[in-house]
This record gives sequence, C-alpha cells and structure tokens, in this order.
Amino acid sequence: MPTTVRIPTQLRSLTGGNSEATVEGATVKEVINNLEKDYPGIGERLLDESGNLRRFVNVYLVDEDIRFLNGLNTEVSPGQSLSIVPAVAGG
Amino acid sequence: MSFVESLCCRECGKAYPISALNACEFCFGPLEVIYDYDSMKGIVSRSKIESGPQTIWRYSDLLPTKASPNLDLSTGFTPLLRADHLAAELGLNSLYLKDDTRNPTGSFKDRVVSVALSKARELGLKVAACPSTGNLANSVAAHAARAGMEAYIFVPSNLEHNKIAMSAIFGGHVIAVDGNYDQVNRLCAELAMLHDDWAFVNVNVRPYYAEGSKTLAFEVAEQLGWQLPDHVVVPIASGSQLTKIYKGFNELTRLGLVPESQVRISGAQAQGCSPVAEAFLSGADYIKPVKPDTIAKSLAIGNPADGWYALETIRKTGGSAAAVSDDELLEGIGLLAKTEGVFAETAGGVTIASLVKLVNSGAIKRDETVVAYITGNGLKTIEALGDRVGPTNTIAPSVDAFEELLRL
Repeated sequence: MPTTVRIPTQLRSLTGGNSEATVEGATVKEVINNLEKDYPGIGERLLDESGNLRRFVNVYLVDEDIRFLNGLNTEVSPGQSLSIVPAVAGG
Repeated sequence: MSFVESLCCRECGKAYPISALNACEFCFGPLEVIYDYDSMKGIVSRSKIESGPQTIWRYSDLLPTKASPNLDLSTGFTPLLRADHLAAELGLNSLYLKDDTRNPTGSFKDRVVSVALSKARELGLKVAACPSTGNLANSVAAHAARAGMEAYIFVPSNLEHNKIAMSAIFGGHVIAVDGNYDQVNRLCAELAMLHDDWAFVNVNVRPYYAEGSKTLAFEVAEQLGWQLPDHVVVPIASGSQLTKIYKGFNELTRLGLVPESQVRISGAQAQGCSPVAEAFLSGADYIKPVKPDTIAKSLAIGNPADGWYALETIRKTGGSAAAVSDDELLEGIGLLAKTEGVFAETAGGVTIASLVKLVNSGAIKRDETVVAYITGNGLKTIEALGDRVGPTNTIAPSVDAFEELLRL
C-alpha cells in the first residue's frame, strides 16, 4: 500500500504544484528515494551530500518526528502518512 | 529611509525579495534580513537614536520596518538595573539586570511582535497568528487587539492558566492544542502554508520578528553609556533571541556606535529541556531534540529552530551554557526577588540560577561586567511557585497578637 507524503510549499515546484504525493516504501529512506524517482531533484533538497536529512527539514511519521524514531531507517507501515515540514519556525 | 536590502539564506546564501517567507526554497535554511550598512554610515548616529522615542522604535533604522500606527504599545527601552546586592551575593563586581518584565504584556515578546505585526501590515497580511508557549500568545493577542486585526493563537492545552487568561482577554481566538509546544509549532508550520495571507509571527514572518530581539542588545549598550558589556546571560528557547542579541552587538560595532570589544554570550536552559546546553557541555556539533519536561514552560522547546546557531554563537564568543533543575530555577526566582526586588517568571529563574552556576564554575569571571536578561514577569507564572510562598505568619486582629509575634 503506498504512502501519502505531504509536500511543503518549498518543494511544490517539483511536484507540479501538488501538496501531496503518493509513493511506495518500507522505510522513510525508501520513500524519499521513490519520491526522487517520481519528482527528480526532490532528493537533494531533503538530504545533504552524505545522505543525511538536512538540518532544517523535519519529517514526521504520522505525528512523530522521525528524529525521535529511527531516523531515515524508520519503518513505514501501510497506511501511515509522512509530512515534510520546514524546521525554521517557532520560538 | 529604509536600509533593508533583501532576505538571504543563512545556510546557502541564496537571496530573496522582502516578502512573507521564512525558509530557503532550496535548502530550507532560515532567512535573515540583510541591511545596507554602508549607507547607514553618517546617518545612523548615537544622537539620532537618543532623540528617538523611548521605545524599540528609536532603533528603527536597524529594524526591518517602521512603527505601524495604532499598533505599538510602547514596547522597549526597559530599565537596565544595577544589581549590587545580587552581585555581592555572587561575588561579582558589576552585574546588571535587563528588566523586560516591564514590557506592555510583561515579556520581551512585545519587541518581536511589535516588529512582526508592523511588517505584516506593510506586507498586506490580514490575520495575526502564532504557536506559543504563552508569552508570545499574550503579546500577539494584545497587539492584534490594538491594531484591530483578527487573531488566532495556538497554545499547548497544559499551559499556565494565567497565560491562557492573558491571551483570551484580548478577544482573539485562543486555540488550545492537545500536544506539547513542538507539536503546536509543527501544526502552525503546516497551517501557514494553507493560509498565506495570515501572519504567523514566528513562522512566515519570522525573519522580521526575530530582528526585534536585536533591540535587547542595542538598549543594553546605550544604557551602559554606549559600551558593550563583557558577558551576557540569555535564556534559550528557540535560540533566536540569543543569536539576535549577538547580531545586535555586532551591528553597533560595525557602525562605530560602540568601541569594539568581544561580548561573551552564555545560554541558560532548564534541565528538563536543555538540548543546546547539553550539546555545548558534551562538545556535540548537532542539537539532539528532546521531549520537554520542566515547569519553565516558556523555554520548553525540545526542537529549537535556532538551536544550532545559538550553540555556534556561544562557542565563537567564548561563552558557556548551564542547565538548571526546576528546584534551582525556583530558588533563582526567589533570590532575584529578595536581593533586587524584581519578580521574574520561570525563564528568569532559569537565567538567575544559570548565572549562579556559571559564576561558581568560573565561566563568568568576577571582574566582568555582566548583564542577565530577565525576559518575563513573575505574575505570569505564579502557580509555579506553589506553596513556596504564603503568609509568613497568621495572627488574630489585635495589637497584642502582633506585638507578641515581634517578641518571639
């Protein structure tokens, strides 16, 4: 079952203006890799040169920040959604 | 005239026009307001500033917008109090308190909100909004009321009652969210994308909002007679205030308004939410988010947006960091009140307790001129004091009863 990913404004120029994308993947990393296949260029916006999540990108599996889970290796179960949200907010 | 040039990504340097935008479209880095400092030379002077209003707007040349009519509540230019009794208690020669308990809604947030909502009006945004740990909520609600703007204030549902009441009284929508601040913040980051004609002060207009904290540096320098202090102690929530105080001191030096000298900047956090202090003390070069658990709710941001920059600023200025327990911060509130007559909220208790720790560890030198930023009023968090405060004695309504008490 594919995962629904909520796309922030900053990346919608790559998704044809869509605020959601639907891709397969058993982990967050696989989901991002499959997003890159569908929307070339999105991967480098989310991951740095070493393949780590960029400092100012937050990814939530349902309601939890993946940094509190298993990072990019966090498993994504069927039906769970991911949200990509800019981290520069608050305070 | 305005000296504002553009927005610029702090991470990758990409430039953007002045607009309601907070994160770089490429790398998601925070956007920073860039000024044309060369054009300020010869125009921005001590005397021009000194002839301005007794508010943050005396520094408007160094802010990203002008004061908006019927919005400002006369924020800023709060007292810098010499704290000789507390200094003696700690063994310091020269200690000052920047008393931001005196702002219109009782915290430094009035500085950032006054700037953010003035800019929001200039940009044509219609609704004032924010995620908040409480102080920001109070300030946005008050300024929106004064400006006649509709307001949506989002707070964690477990917030102190006083802070909910102090937001609701101004008539805006106060939305209590069943979650911690970081969850409220994430919700608002997503809502800001849906409602692009709203000003979420610390989300889509955050670059302008954050600039308001520079006035905490400007005022301290001016009040010290156009000198920089040697060392400042600043509480850390998102880390924005600390990094902007640094920017403010640098701007004054760059413009020749103060003699050049290094200000050491130290950070104060509560142990129940100390991602920046932990990173500093462990030598880490990243911020590990935490789930907050402290009574210092105004500092309870587990995933601080500017945490990394705060850490970098502490290190490059030769400052330090401390994390204090809830008991220590309550002691800090009492110590400040008893020695100097200033009643701070829990964040101020964190600052004072951290000051004590930093002096005792030698991180703050006894001969330094030190400024502690007291950023919120104790009336907001009275419930945190619990049964630590109450009558010292209870007597019958008679002269004898009182005279008897005195003899004891």
